[in-house]
Amino acid sequence: MPSQLMDAKKQEVVSENGSEQTRSRKQYSPRTDIFESHDQLLLLADMPGVKQEGIDITLEQNVLTIRGKVETPNFPGYSLAYTEYGVGDFERVFALSNEIDRDGIQATVKNGVLKLILPKSKASLPRKINVQTE
Amino acid sequence: MLLRRFAENDLFSSLKDMQRIQNQLDRLLSASASSGSLEFPPTNVWTSEEGAIVRSEIPGIEPERVDISLVNNTLTIRGSRGEEVLKEGQSCHRQERESGHFTRTLQLPFNVNSDRVEARFCNGVLEITLPRAEAEKPRKISVVTE
Repeated sequence: MPSQLMDAKKQEVVSENGSEQTRSRKQYSPRTDIFESHDQLLLLADMPGVKQEGIDITLEQNVLTIRGKVETPNFPGYSLAYTEYGVGDFERVFALSNEIDRDGIQATVKNGVLKLILPKSKASLPRKINVQTE
Repeated sequence: MLLRRFAENDLFSSLKDMQRIQNQLDRLLSASASSGSLEFPPTNVWTSEEGAIVRSEIPGIEPERVDISLVNNTLTIRGSRGEEVLKEGQSCHRQERESGHFTRTLQLPFNVNSDRVEARFCNGVLEITLPRAEAEKPRKISVVTE
């Protein structure tokens, strides 16, 4: 079976060593698309309910971590009658293979989707070498 | 289906065929697992005497492309989410985000005051407030002592 088989449900974050979270809230792994072109990586992550200020992106060495805080909705006088999705924060860690130009990273969020543009550093771009005839 | 007679020296190619069938089965199984197990968009519902609040997670959709309709006590949410199209020279490493059309129908346990229905879309979450029709609100009956 394909290992990347995704359930239609939100994926809860499972830590690598199987240890339990010490946080009280649930954490979910955002569904992500990653596209690569010759000069950049484009990453799109579904993070519904995350505001612009709730997003935290870190790049350490070549480990990229994206986090998104979600506020639990509270409707006074109402009680939760039916539920299909859990509410919690988002977190996902990616290991990047290419050297990334840290200063050129652009992050935007729109309608609950985080868009990250990670330009490759000049040094890591493939160089074309012209062959000259003598 | 392929029913092919194979010679003894054809073992490798039949192994390849088996591999191919295996892959096709995997694809079939994973397709049915992802489309059949849960409806899209996932929805939570809160209720009170006043009515109901419906919240659906639909990230990446433009609010104009969501169509909400209410007939009697049946709420229907329709829409579509565009697929990211690969540009020239791009390659795809991972594609987990779903795309396409969706229709979601919810049956509410009461009639709705359709004039006061409100829908908001914020950060990829659709929130619909559905107040109960006045005539159907539970009435408190006070007991009078004689």
